[in-house]
Amino acid sequence: MKFSGKVIKYGANVDTDVIIPARYLNTSVKEELAAHCMEDLDPDFKNKVEAGDIIVAGSNFGCGSSREHAPVAIKASGISCVIAPSFARIFYRNSINTGLAILECPVAAEEISDGDKIEVDTDTGIIRDLSTGKEYRAGAFPEFIGEIISADGLVGYTKAKLSK
Amino acid sequence: MGMTMTQKILSRKAGKKDCAPGDLIEAKLDFLLGNDITTPPAIEIFEKNGFGKVFDTEKIALVPDHFAPNKDIKSAEQCKRMRDFAKSQNIKYYFEQGQEGMGVEHVILPDNGLIRPGDVVIGADSHTCTYGAVGAFSTGVGSTDLACSMAAGTTWFRVPEAIKVELKGKIEPYCAGKDVILYLIGRIGVDGALYKSLEFTGEGVIELSMADRLTICNMAIECGAKNGIFPVDEKTIEYLDSRVQGGYKDAPDWLFPDPDAEYSQVVTIDLSEIRPMVAFPHLPSNTHAVGTFEKIKIDQVVIGSCTNGRIEDMRKAAAVLKGRTVAGGIRAIVLPGSQRVYKQALSEGLLEIFVDSGCVVSAPTCGPCLGGHMGVLAKGEKCVSTTNRNFVGRMGHKESEVYLAGVEVAAASAVLGYIGSPEEL
Repeated sequence: MKFSGKVIKYGANVDTDVIIPARYLNTSVKEELAAHCMEDLDPDFKNKVEAGDIIVAGSNFGCGSSREHAPVAIKASGISCVIAPSFARIFYRNSINTGLAILECPVAAEEISDGDKIEVDTDTGIIRDLSTGKEYRAGAFPEFIGEIISADGLVGYTKAKLSK
Repeated sequence: MGMTMTQKILSRKAGKKDCAPGDLIEAKLDFLLGNDITTPPAIEIFEKNGFGKVFDTEKIALVPDHFAPNKDIKSAEQCKRMRDFAKSQNIKYYFEQGQEGMGVEHVILPDNGLIRPGDVVIGADSHTCTYGAVGAFSTGVGSTDLACSMAAGTTWFRVPEAIKVELKGKIEPYCAGKDVILYLIGRIGVDGALYKSLEFTGEGVIELSMADRLTICNMAIECGAKNGIFPVDEKTIEYLDSRVQGGYKDAPDWLFPDPDAEYSQVVTIDLSEIRPMVAFPHLPSNTHAVGTFEKIKIDQVVIGSCTNGRIEDMRKAAAVLKGRTVAGGIRAIVLPGSQRVYKQALSEGLLEIFVDSGCVVSAPTCGPCLGGHMGVLAKGEKCVSTTNRNFVGRMGHKESEVYLAGVEVAAASAVLGYIGSPEEL
């Protein structure tokens, strides 16, 4: 998949409580979740986010609660991809399972600035910063994870397995 | 090459002779868990995709504990969705609010004897790692994983590297499992064990009660760990024997780590050097020993949760609060972790001590820990809490502050009106 958009940048340890505060977890309707995405960290997020935008953040992105509502809220708010040096493991799993593209790339996460226009190819892992002309390559997904992604997420993978 | 305890469990449940860090394996699941926040989306996925029946009606627990007793209409609908699903699927371990065995999920699953050493457990709740205390491999997942695993009875794991946490020495008065885990998180950071397993070992293990071990494993996730796990010893056996159906006398021989198991890192902790710890806002790694900081005035104290809501915690809190009064202007909220803890605390006279000292005693619920209900903070308010997270907005307004501590520091702070230790009383 190829995405392009402007970068919205955050620091390290962005936790799922700020991605979607628990006070809104009395619903799992994605549009309702998106309306409150990031509001405790960045009240301006919902005004500035445009379809296709890319979050670039510090290490341990998505730490904390296992709420799948977090990647769902990010995706539903229009974000196409998240780039970080590392992801908390449940968030990593939840992103694969719900179809939010994520890329691990420490150098890109460090160098790319807020507001830059970038292009991302999740198949090759190539990240291009159109504002600086720099190019980065993210770590590839393990083959098995690739199988889950190409089976249209874990649900498709499980359906195929159950029908065997 | 030798294997860690986690590798031993995962390879066995994957039907393999061995496995190494980085391997992707598919393991059979012994137990699954969901709560009122994470289960409704899982049910949606389960039903929309025609998954039919759950793989085993006796290996799934569904627990309405986060926003229950229902805090609003939407929460009531979520609990109802889960209740209806449990009924239609004939799920044995649906725990109804108020009924026998009910309470906060990670307090009740081990206490009801549902988790055994060597089990592979997943739960759609990040603190599912709690059950490593009884020698199980146990980890948190999201709702899609729960849905697919309820159908298949299996799931995939990447075999984790392990950090060996070598415990030695004896724990000091007013210190407990909470101080040990806060100390460890302070030392290695909130991503210090990212994707990895924390394997506790050493002569210090036997010094820790099962309540301590449950608290320690509960917060393994707060340094990014996939799981935390303790070896099975006589304390574990004693704990399990009175809880597991049919009793529990011996751990299987295969469960112990090999002497030549490989660890990516070894962290040695001398328990005698640990002082009562407090994690300042807004990360659990932001730790300070009590007595090393200026007076911090507080507005609220919370004692309870899946981290510190067990009967041992209630006893410790009551011992501090007995004959004392909560300081003026402070709300102290005590939440026994389960109906069983509640009843035990009642019969031991602990609830009377709490009420006499000026505490609110709540029904078992996760409530305030995640800013749900029963103790949400206003702008600028500060709370000392025995819960597990102090992120921005965790307990309410984004400009409120949560200080994480053990039970005795929390109880003492309620009396003092500022963060302090029982020694200051």
